[in-house]
Amino acid sequence: MAQLNALVGGLFIITVFGIISVRQMLGGIRLFVLQSILLAISACILGVVHGSIHLFVVAGITIGAKGLLIPWLLYNMFSHEIHARREITHVINIPSSLLIAAGLTIFAYFVVHPLLGIDSTPFIKVNLPIGLAGVLLGAYAITVRREALPQLIGILTMENGAFFAGISIAPNMPLISELAAAFDVLIIALVIGILTRKIHKRVGTTMVGKMVSLKEK
Amino acid sequence: MPEKILFNVIQVVVVMLFSPLIKGILDRLKERIQSKKGPSIFQPYFDIWKLFHKDEVISDESSWIFRITPYVVFIAPIFVTLLIPVLTDYPLFFAFMGDMLAGGSVLALGGFFATLAAIDTANPYGPMGASRTRMVGFLAEPVFMIVFFTVSFVAGSTIPYIVQQAWITPFANFFSPAHILVILAFVMLIIAENGRIPVDNPSGHFELAMIDESKGLEYSGRGAALMKWGGCMKFFVLLCIFLNVLVSPWGLATGSSLWGLFCAIPLILLKMFCFILILAFIESSLSKLRLFRITEFLGFAFVTSVVAVIIQILEL
Repeated sequence: MAQLNALVGGLFIITVFGIISVRQMLGGIRLFVLQSILLAISACILGVVHGSIHLFVVAGITIGAKGLLIPWLLYNMFSHEIHARREITHVINIPSSLLIAAGLTIFAYFVVHPLLGIDSTPFIKVNLPIGLAGVLLGAYAITVRREALPQLIGILTMENGAFFAGISIAPNMPLISELAAAFDVLIIALVIGILTRKIHKRVGTTMVGKMVSLKEK
Repeated sequence: MPEKILFNVIQVVVVMLFSPLIKGILDRLKERIQSKKGPSIFQPYFDIWKLFHKDEVISDESSWIFRITPYVVFIAPIFVTLLIPVLTDYPLFFAFMGDMLAGGSVLALGGFFATLAAIDTANPYGPMGASRTRMVGFLAEPVFMIVFFTVSFVAGSTIPYIVQQAWITPFANFFSPAHILVILAFVMLIIAENGRIPVDNPSGHFELAMIDESKGLEYSGRGAALMKWGGCMKFFVLLCIFLNVLVSPWGLATGSSLWGLFCAIPLILLKMFCFILILAFIESSLSKLRLFRITEFLGFAFVTSVVAVIIQILEL
């Protein structure tokens, strides 16, 4: 079980790297779906181990909200941009940002290391550093991407990372907080989506980096 | 002792005999996926046979490097074959002559001479292909190193015969994250090293876009045959390292009987066929990357192998 969970963790961090390095928006969304599915699998494994029904609910919510609803929402709201501008611009080129990302991952391991006691299970040893790395790399993706949709995917990645760490240290989260978190993300995606759509209509692009001054006309 | 030497020689013979077949099957599969009829799977044998019976033309301006390169390219994979497990899962006579890094450097020696020979003739396309191969090569090198070091770290040894046992004893080790990630990184390496599709198009005939192919353009007759055969053997040897050392040592001969050794041959070919199916699928569903995108492809392979190291060392 611990091995399987570690494998899921390894694949999870690979999808996060993929989100940093991918060039096409559609590819970013697909990777995000894959990442959410991996999160759900990890939650299921932990649910079996801890015998906790809450974690299965987390898995269900994750699949429902992040695996189906959010991609569908993004796909519909950004359909114009996905098909018209296939390539995403990067501030730093991809090989160097992959190197920085690898550095951040190692940093996450060293930050987590003092937190792990002797009594921590192998699941915490896998999930906590990888979840933290997911949060850091999501933040990094937001920093280096210019368009709105990849930045949104960055936020969602951060959220996934936080969940990935959370399910291992708090197996009995109250259901209400899980529901709140899931719907929060949904609302975030919706609000940012509508906002960018408006911006796209007025300005013609969603390159946030170029919008230094407000337009008043 | 004499039978171990005999087995080692049989390994070399198997690699020499069956490497063109693997290439032929791969070509045929790709054509079938594109709904064409495709050449016979024995086509590489016919090509090599035909080339051996043709006259060789060598430019007066070329030096001795151009002349000996086909032999180096042909012999390098044979030497590596002596070091790696092709048919047996216990060390043979030459197994302790060199570890995986030695094998890698012998393979790289063949590539190095091919590069020199391409520059030697001053054919305008040769140096271009040579410099591109070097670019792919130096990007692939760190990935090779990290993959080998991860594998050696897990097994506590760099001898391939010992490494192959570490992944399946106990069986749960097969699913360890480091193993799966190393496999992923190595698949990308095989694609890059053999000029397969996301990196280079092996069946392309457009000189300006070639990477691997343009190095051998100047060769004719016996030289071309040896280069072609050597290329097939290099692919076969890399597949052997990948399938027998990294993925699984299943299907290899365990006892020291000659019969078991011959039973292992079809099993190895079956394993290779399975992998080639996957490779043909990858090649048919992706398009060739632009030259400067190759850094991203291999950068991703590098990060994958680094993650494997991190997970292996910092976690367990």
